Amino acid sequence: MAQNILFLAHVSEAGSTLPKISYEVLGAALKLRQQTGARLTLGLIGANVEAAAETIAGCGAERILAVTGPDFATSRYASDAAAAEALCRAAAADLILAPATSRFIRVLAGVAHRLNGCVDTHVTSLDVVSGEMCATRWYYRQRIEGVIRRDARPWIVLLESGCGVPWAGVAAKATIEEIPVTLPEAGRRTVVTGIRAPMSDAQTIRPDAGLLFVAGAGWTKKQADGKPHVDQAETLILDFLRVSGASLGGSKSLVDQSGESQAVLHFMTHLNQVGQTGSTPRHPKGLSTCCHGEEPHVVGWRFINERRAVNLDPNCGWARGKADVLYVADAFEVMAKLNALFRQSDGGQHSHETVDQLA
Amino acid sequence: MTNGYHIVVCGSTVPDPLQTLEPVLTPSGPALKNEMMLPAILDPWAAHALYEAADLAARVAGSKVWLVSVGPKAKLQQVMMTIAQRVNFEFVPVDSSASGFADAHATAAVLAETIQNIPGLDRSRLLVFGGWESASRGAGATMQLVGERLSILDQFQGVDKLNVQADGSFEILERIEAGRHQVSTCLGPPALLGWATGDLPEPRNNPQVGMANMRTVMPALQRAKSVPLPGAGLHYLSASPPKQQRQTRVVKDLSPDQIAHEIAEWIGK
Repeated sequence: MAQNILFLAHVSEAGSTLPKISYEVLGAALKLRQQTGARLTLGLIGANVEAAAETIAGCGAERILAVTGPDFATSRYASDAAAAEALCRAAAADLILAPATSRFIRVLAGVAHRLNGCVDTHVTSLDVVSGEMCATRWYYRQRIEGVIRRDARPWIVLLESGCGVPWAGVAAKATIEEIPVTLPEAGRRTVVTGIRAPMSDAQTIRPDAGLLFVAGAGWTKKQADGKPHVDQAETLILDFLRVSGASLGGSKSLVDQSGESQAVLHFMTHLNQVGQTGSTPRHPKGLSTCCHGEEPHVVGWRFINERRAVNLDPNCGWARGKADVLYVADAFEVMAKLNALFRQSDGGQHSHETVDQLA
Repeated sequence: MTNGYHIVVCGSTVPDPLQTLEPVLTPSGPALKNEMMLPAILDPWAAHALYEAADLAARVAGSKVWLVSVGPKAKLQQVMMTIAQRVNFEFVPVDSSASGFADAHATAAVLAETIQNIPGLDRSRLLVFGGWESASRGAGATMQLVGERLSILDQFQGVDKLNVQADGSFEILERIEAGRHQVSTCLGPPALLGWATGDLPEPRNNPQVGMANMRTVMPALQRAKSVPLPGAGLHYLSASPPKQQRQTRVVKDLSPDQIAHEIAEWIGK
């Protein structure tokens, strides 16, 4: 049973708060503390963590530790590993909970090795069963769910987003204990120079969107008149993303077409891909159109709560048993009508605003 | 870079993604039903890493690519029949489990030891490539553990692009949240890169490349050491497929207009 729990987090890119998922992990850490009676320490990494620390200082943790300074401003393996290692050692933690951000996924396995401990990523829940700490995670691309426990300590657990209730207490003044870390020169061989948005007309990936819109390869295939209408498909999809605020996902077959010199949706990249070798996004709702894949596609939709599909094939293997509603219809016609409805309800205002922004 | 890179790609086999997977309990923990009968492929992300490695080696004279694979010998041989036809590499197999239920720490230890024992490997020119996670365990931890064991401090995950600059440094694009990339520069090797999909298409099969590779692949497979993967300290309480089956309402008799109204109402709820 855990005696010392460390909640580990880094400041967000804005620098004044923590990534949203961190508050969910803090909620999980507090729940475990209640169940086990363990001591809870907060550990923060960033150039300056004061503002972020204040957002969670009211949670009742025993200590707030931090590694700060310009060396720890950006997401870099060498500096983040040194900082996280120092915090884990200072907290003498046997259980370390951290959010599954790209920054921590890169580095915390290495930290586990340095601590002679163990690590598990993509964990969706952490529970105490018969006095033992157990973690639930998925195997084989979300096809098999496993529950595990480990003997080794410290145990670093990276929790996925959307799996817990975020802590939402009030901000308070934070008393921070600085943990000094001196980065060796070898740790500065890498320099983060910036952030680059994908090569797209618009930002089509929106993790906080309420709806995931998945486009399948059918959008680029021959239509009823015997010809493909890729331009029309692009317009319809982008219009829908603008008026609905949805996030865009693509099937592997559609994304792969760009590398095979076939007709492509030019805004669709591997970053949009869901399912096998793609992401498994978490959104409350999902609408798929012109998708015909079965198991790989279901994998990508594992964590979508409400699912609907528009498809010409009533026997589509992916939709039957996996979607709540399957509309047997031409997606080109349905999406045109749907876009018109959204514009109408907005009085055209929203559409024009976003078109201007995206131009 | 005058002498080129020594690129070691870590990658193993996974069941073909179109197969239905059913977990079974064995004395040593969970496994897949009929695992040895399932058709296998090279792990998709590791495959991207291999193609990127081959492309880089082809662009920088003096470079060489090794593919280190930990998996059952029979499966490795099956996968090599296709992969060996795509790009040039020297195969370094280890006969062991490729199960998704194996511990990432144990797999990383075997990989790191195997890399350290590659004859003629120049650590000052070393680039360790692999998938940022696998389609089996999906831990996203194995490569970092290998990197730590090899004392590599410059590690990158979710890599989609590696540009070699005129001064020999690297510009590396890593996937981060919201479909964006973090851009970093790294002074050069040694470095470890866990690849996402990269931006290269799958190479076409080339029988000449296949014949050249197979001359070394088959002897390497015959020589492959059999290594058990210790699972001490990792206990599975259960492993089960998701049971949820939805009752799909199939709507065939509505006009596009009616469907649009229904979907709009649903989205707005």
